[in-house]
Amino acid sequence: MQIRPILSALRRHKAGTILIALQIALTLAIVCNALFIVHERVERVSRTTGMNESDVVAIQNRYVGTPASYVPLVKTDIQALRAMPGVEDAYATNAFPLRQGGWSTGVQLKPDGQKDGVQTALYFGDEHALKTLGVQLIAGRNFNAGEITPFNRDDRPAPPQVIVTKKLADKLFPNGDALGKTVYYSKGRPSTIVGIVAKLTVPWTEVDFPEMVTIMPLTFNSSYQIFLVRAKPGQQDAVFRSVAKTLYDVNRMRVLPEKYGVRTFEMVRSRAYEKDRGMAILMSVVCAVLLAITAAGIVGLSSFWVGQRRKQIGVRRALGARRSDILSYFMTENFLIALAGVVVGVVLAIGMSQWMFTHFEMQRLSFTYILVGVVALLALGQAAVFAPALKASKVSPVEATRSV
Amino acid sequence: MFGYYLELALHSFRRSRALTALMIVAVALGIGASMTTLTVLHVLSGDPLPGRSGSVFLPRLDPRDRDGYDPYAALPSQVTWTDGVDLLHARRAARQALMVGGATAVQSDEREVDPYLVTARYTTGDFFPMFGVPFRFGAGWSAADDDGHARVAVIAASLNDRLFHGRNSVGRTLHVDGADLRIVGVLEPWRAVPHFYDLATGEYAGAEEVFVPLFTARELKLKRNGGIECWGQGRTDDDRIESSTCVWLQFWVQLDDAAAVASYRAFLDGYAHEQVALGRFTRPSASDLTNVRRYLDERQVVPGDVRLQVWIALGFFVVCLVNTVGLMLAKFMRGAGELGVRRALGASRRSVFTQLVVEATLIGVAGGVGGLLFALLGLALVRLQSTAAAQLAHLDGTMLAATFAASIVATALAGVVPAWRACRVPAALQLKSQ
Repeated sequence: MQIRPILSALRRHKAGTILIALQIALTLAIVCNALFIVHERVERVSRTTGMNESDVVAIQNRYVGTPASYVPLVKTDIQALRAMPGVEDAYATNAFPLRQGGWSTGVQLKPDGQKDGVQTALYFGDEHALKTLGVQLIAGRNFNAGEITPFNRDDRPAPPQVIVTKKLADKLFPNGDALGKTVYYSKGRPSTIVGIVAKLTVPWTEVDFPEMVTIMPLTFNSSYQIFLVRAKPGQQDAVFRSVAKTLYDVNRMRVLPEKYGVRTFEMVRSRAYEKDRGMAILMSVVCAVLLAITAAGIVGLSSFWVGQRRKQIGVRRALGARRSDILSYFMTENFLIALAGVVVGVVLAIGMSQWMFTHFEMQRLSFTYILVGVVALLALGQAAVFAPALKASKVSPVEATRSV
Repeated sequence: MFGYYLELALHSFRRSRALTALMIVAVALGIGASMTTLTVLHVLSGDPLPGRSGSVFLPRLDPRDRDGYDPYAALPSQVTWTDGVDLLHARRAARQALMVGGATAVQSDEREVDPYLVTARYTTGDFFPMFGVPFRFGAGWSAADDDGHARVAVIAASLNDRLFHGRNSVGRTLHVDGADLRIVGVLEPWRAVPHFYDLATGEYAGAEEVFVPLFTARELKLKRNGGIECWGQGRTDDDRIESSTCVWLQFWVQLDDAAAVASYRAFLDGYAHEQVALGRFTRPSASDLTNVRRYLDERQVVPGDVRLQVWIALGFFVVCLVNTVGLMLAKFMRGAGELGVRRALGASRRSVFTQLVVEATLIGVAGGVGGLLFALLGLALVRLQSTAAAQLAHLDGTMLAATFAASIVATALAGVVPAWRACRVPAALQLKSQ
């Protein structure tokens, strides 16, 4: 294939050539980065919580009125929930994974440690917590009923026994011997690690300690309570529908907020990642539309060039060029323009990624994405130019003799 | 002449329908995407108190202990009970309000509806005049009501609709977590966007539904919530929070001119020095007076995703424009023969150029209409999200005008290069080859 004649022809179409190359470059830069955003968000959305998420219903409850203690009310409610048909188990807590609100504190190895410990989320619960959450205990034991104590707001959470996640245990004790060790959630108040669970995530989705969790054998003495209920397999919908009535039948002096009072865990998950999902969808649409527009632009401009050069094509055909020669001429021409475009595009894409890295706390673009983008745009250019090029190859040699 | 140009443009559109449609769709998509994202940004970064935000200030102190002292870190945006009450009672500003958020169960005196949970704000009376909150019925409460722990409340229009079917409920009783309050005012629908006066309870939270005098709410032990930062022996226990070493209240003041700002700054600085001298504050004396705009910037309230989307959409629009320039070039050059005839018949280069730019502008108009439809669709999709911020995404007059202007100007500019190229083709050359 002769490249020199193509280049000299392009020199006569500077504006059009530059426009196509520029469009390909910009498209490559945006598509690479947009797809990378999609990748990041999809990765985040598909993170697991360590729970068995199916058949779980979460209830946000607030008692009305000011009794001396809320703990008896909580106990009655939990009994009623566990007695519900279709319910496997239930417990009361202050927070759970993906809830987007909860408590965290620093945990220390020394009784008099200064401020910075290992950051951990705190989940309150009782001996039914592990079963309800569906998390796997990999070492030690569960709490027993006698260890559960009420917890008042004026205190600091530091019970004698705690269960921690493996990630937290390994961070505190890198040698893997965390079980039975003493840690401090409050100055001078020791807690013993009695159990380790395989995995459980914090309530928030955007923190840098996603799997640092401590479960404490405490019942929160507060008007705010969260009840987590595990339904028997297949009974989730029935429990979801009837759980509010069950609680109101126990005691009317409570409020279950309308929109998020009773939620299945699917609803919790979908709410927690709503923004990320929205961003991923938006970026995918942007990529698709951008590629379509670029392809359409290439088709439009190539068709125009073919129309403009009918006479010259006719001359070449009359002088012995085959159809395939004409076809490959236009294909090669497009390839050369696209190549120039992607070279500029790669530089733009890296620059854009660097800029997003400094302004939007994103990771740097991986080279796989640039490579995929380059191949995609070169292929897109070839596909888009194919129809006009095919039309060009069908120009009859007779055209050479016509005056138009 | 303009009519003739329009006619020529329409004629040219009819001749190459697909190309014209492609250009219009590309411009419309670019405009639609940019306007959707810009509208969201515009709404989220708007002025929460139009016409007032310049004169509303956040006085800040640093009452924390020496632990983790960093002289360059921002001062807390909340105050302790002691400092808040001291500053409030000093009355050195034109208006001042000490407040905290909360949530409480409410019920009307008819008790026909089960108690339900609403967001509340426990504040002193200047909240309403200082933030320009409009009343439908009645009015707010006085400083005397604040000091006298008056059992009164102001409710939002939405709560009035729900509990009292929208009727004037001033003088009626509201049951709030077991206590009875007399309703003294009903608000018009109102909210500050962003929810600047207490970002911790939701940066784009709607306005609270019940307003109760702060001292009354503390006496009734109504549930508070929001951000709290403690140090030393500070505990977040609600019963002892007044004496705790914690910042948990928001304090805002209104200062109407530069002299008032300067004098309040001096007063605040004096207060901080006095507290250091008394040994209450252990860090070096520090105070600051931040206005609303600067505070929102400092806290980076507008989500990063929203800004990122704007940039991506603008990039998208640029690609659409480059695409349109290319297509226009093809279109104008294809019509070069016709231009040659017009030039030969005496049309000046200038008038041919003008005609081509008119043609480009017409595509801009069509693209603007399409872009508007895409923007409306885009915003409807944004509102499908359940976050408080997303619900605010509506197109206003400014953005509507901006949509059209951007589309027309951008497309006209995009037409300049191809038009210039096309009208430079020598007339004679075109005629000869025919």
